[in-house]
Amino acid sequence: MLPAAVPPLELIVGVVSYWMVIGLAGLLRPLSLYFVSRVLFPLGILGGMVLILAALQGVASQPADLVLPLGLPDLPFHIRLDPLAAVFVGLLGIAAVGISFFSAGYFRRVQGSPPGLLCLQYHLFLAAMTVVLLADDAYLFMVAWETMAITSYFLVTSNHKVPEIRSAGFLYLLIAHVGAIAILLCFGVLQGGQGNYTFAAMRQIELSAFWGSAAFALALFGFGAKAGLLPLHVWLPEAHPAAPSPISALMSGVMLKTAIYGILRVTFDLLQVQLWWWGVLALVLGLLTALFGVMFAAVQTDMKRLLAYSSIENIGVIVAGIGLTIIFHVYQQPHLAALSLVATLYHCLNHACFKSLLFMVTGSVLHSTHQRSLGKLGGLIRNMPWVAMTALIGSLAIAGLPPLNGFVSEWLLLQAFLFSPGIANPYLNMLVPVAAAALVLAAALSAYVMVKFYGVIFLGQYREPSLAEARDEGPWARAGLVWLSAWCVLLGILPVAVIRLLDNVTQPLVDFAIGSNLERTGWLLIAPISPERSSYGPLLFLLGITGTVLLTYFLVRRFYHGRERRVAAWDCGFPAQNARMQDTAEGFGQPIKQIFEPFFRIRRQMPGPFDARPTYSATTEDRLWYWLYLPVARLNERLAAWIGILQHGRIYLYLLYSFVTLLGLLMFML
Amino acid sequence: MAEFVESFLSQLAQTVLVVLIAPLMLGWVNQCRAWLQNRSGPGLLQPYRVLHKLFHKDALLAHNASVIFRAAPYIQFGCMVLAASIVPVLGTNLAFSPAADVIALVGVFALARVFSSLAAMDVGTAFGSLGARREMLVASLSEPALLMVFFTPLLIVQSSSLSSIVDALAHRDFAIYPSLAFAAVAFIMVLLAENARIPVDNPATHLELTMIHEALILEYSARHLALIEWATAVKLTVYCAIGIALFAPWGMVEGTNWLMFPAAAGALVIKLALAGTGLAVLETVSAKMRIFRAPEFLGMAFLFAVLGMLIRQLLGA
Repeated sequence: MLPAAVPPLELIVGVVSYWMVIGLAGLLRPLSLYFVSRVLFPLGILGGMVLILAALQGVASQPADLVLPLGLPDLPFHIRLDPLAAVFVGLLGIAAVGISFFSAGYFRRVQGSPPGLLCLQYHLFLAAMTVVLLADDAYLFMVAWETMAITSYFLVTSNHKVPEIRSAGFLYLLIAHVGAIAILLCFGVLQGGQGNYTFAAMRQIELSAFWGSAAFALALFGFGAKAGLLPLHVWLPEAHPAAPSPISALMSGVMLKTAIYGILRVTFDLLQVQLWWWGVLALVLGLLTALFGVMFAAVQTDMKRLLAYSSIENIGVIVAGIGLTIIFHVYQQPHLAALSLVATLYHCLNHACFKSLLFMVTGSVLHSTHQRSLGKLGGLIRNMPWVAMTALIGSLAIAGLPPLNGFVSEWLLLQAFLFSPGIANPYLNMLVPVAAAALVLAAALSAYVMVKFYGVIFLGQYREPSLAEARDEGPWARAGLVWLSAWCVLLGILPVAVIRLLDNVTQPLVDFAIGSNLERTGWLLIAPISPERSSYGPLLFLLGITGTVLLTYFLVRRFYHGRERRVAAWDCGFPAQNARMQDTAEGFGQPIKQIFEPFFRIRRQMPGPFDARPTYSATTEDRLWYWLYLPVARLNERLAAWIGILQHGRIYLYLLYSFVTLLGLLMFML
Repeated sequence: MAEFVESFLSQLAQTVLVVLIAPLMLGWVNQCRAWLQNRSGPGLLQPYRVLHKLFHKDALLAHNASVIFRAAPYIQFGCMVLAASIVPVLGTNLAFSPAADVIALVGVFALARVFSSLAAMDVGTAFGSLGARREMLVASLSEPALLMVFFTPLLIVQSSSLSSIVDALAHRDFAIYPSLAFAAVAFIMVLLAENARIPVDNPATHLELTMIHEALILEYSARHLALIEWATAVKLTVYCAIGIALFAPWGMVEGTNWLMFPAAAGALVIKLALAGTGLAVLETVSAKMRIFRAPEFLGMAFLFAVLGMLIRQLLGA
């Protein structure tokens, strides 16, 4: 299928234009749902497939440049494909294939935007994300970045008749633009007063420590706003529930990764200096974000909000990995820097697979039950076996359990934490193990969250009688779910092959590739430092676990029997049990709420002892809203009010202002 | 090739040994506890009799039990067998050792636990989900503590493979590490929590308000219950074996010296018996605590483990 003669960069450009054409084709028959979902979305899948192949080719080859004769006169678009970009292009391809498959089956009813418009926005969004990864000058980068923000805004608000969705979309757009301003300023610092905004020119510039730090801080802020880093995370839990599920999948799985790509690009490629405290900043911020995300995920009762907070957690882990890489890089530990960078990139890949998968699962559940609240779901494993099994794989993977993919990146990152022998800074020596402890705590709590997510939705009894009519997904959506869960398994059991590909990224960025150790251990085991020190063989692990399970099953059946009877569940002597007596989602999160109470802003309404109709309600809110966002909003309103003093809407006043300004300027000239 | 066969046989022998003596270990702990409480006790072999009885009964399944409910006991048992094959008990030459290090060992325990919690939620009774949430709560706090416990010897030996850790601590330079003492205290606390022992949970109770592990398995019967009970016994034995491997590894065979195996087996039995007695004493002298005291208990374990690691990292002790 792949014409080997075409270089990967040209191939990717081809895919971008292909997607744009498909998107525009949606406008041909904007109201025909059949045309969009049965013809255009399936055609879009091909683009994703080609991206994966091009990325595989691109990651192993030398960087390629291209100047596109587009854009403003004298300011053409520069694009470049290097291994770092190729990894993210591959990630985009993998997720795009699964999500396009799913979308082909998902959009079944016209809600809000007409399907043709949705198709245009969706494919433009994909194309814009690809261009963000390819851009080699600040101008094209910002154009693509803004296209990405705006198309995704329209996708989030596609069901725009609902007021909450409109306000969620506004919040998203606001934070996206606050971030975009910071990124723009960051590029302004990076060009170092030369006025040349190509990345190639920026790489040549040696910034002073101060301006370098300014650029890093702006990048961390700007890209962090897009990624959902504390304290700019608030849009995620609002925008994800508002967006249609395939869009949430794409935003959480891929768009957040473009922000991670941006941080990596600025820190390791464009900036020529690095300071150790940048690493500490990223590490601490990342770990705080991870712990914050997982704690809030544990108390959510809306399944998409839960996943949004879980995305915040994963982004935190990734940013902590970046911070660790910076620390090792600054302290001249190329081996460990390469290891933590590989772990970071691996986690990006993993998160793209399992988070997209789980968001799609919520879409399926939403479609067949019309319920988003966990408190009204339950028992769906009996009606939706395909969705339930793929969701199980996704949940186990995200909980970081072996032998799936989440465990591999967690394992690699922990190795980097643990084998950090004497960094030449005693404070950091103390910090790194404590950071490892925080990371492990976040990982353990994420297992809690995933048991809640899976158990409450798919297991137990139906919490509402209508759930008994829920139906499984059709073939298109099934294909999408199976595709992404297959990647979760593949990335879990074949890490050696993936790490070899990632070596091409770490070699230019931190001057080391950990693959050289892999030569000694073969393709079965990963041993990032040396086989004597640590190794993990996921395939052997999988064989071991399935082998023992099957052997146990066989022995039990052989030596005893397989007799069984179906009876009613044991009622503990109280026969009037019903489905309402199961744990609710809120109940399941209650211990976490109680232990970490100071971190939440909880408002409870307790019934009094004499209430005839007792009601109980509790809301858990984010304290940052009250500590940061509302004061900023109030300040903004106050400033606007002061400026409003100038505005009266009378034309003579405005003429007077112009006159006074002119006079002032004239005096200045004289 | 011969080398591989040898390590494979050594692996097989150790795993089978642990799986087979696990109920005996449980019986010993119960017997000790009975003696300490002035009861006569059911005898050392009682767990085997219980397993035998359970395997012969017809399995009862709730009407809405799904495939997860039926698969979970097998997965739990499989995970524990796998865990038993990662931990060196007699010798350090294990064929499976390179495939899984201590972090993967923690992962195996987590896998088993997640499946048992999911299975508990599967039937949808009040107790099942209550048990699941408490189990996951205790686990989400004890798992980090356990990893931190592992990190101290790992930093000393600079290897995360249990075999290498034991090799280095038992057979190379003999040294006393104060940091390991902190890790050991933390480990004992984690062991109590993870194995549902007093003071975190009480294996002998079916009191609604306090039970954790028993609430998880309330719906199980017959062969499924037998597998779970057996897996629980294996888990306890494996935990004791981990403790022995990290903090008292002396007497273990280096490499594959088959003649030394009986002596190592003798040492193992004595050490396990001592561990069982210690466990019985601990359980007799302490009382079960409220569920919301468990986070404090485990937080303390976590702090001890981190302290051990910091002592190692900063003072090199």
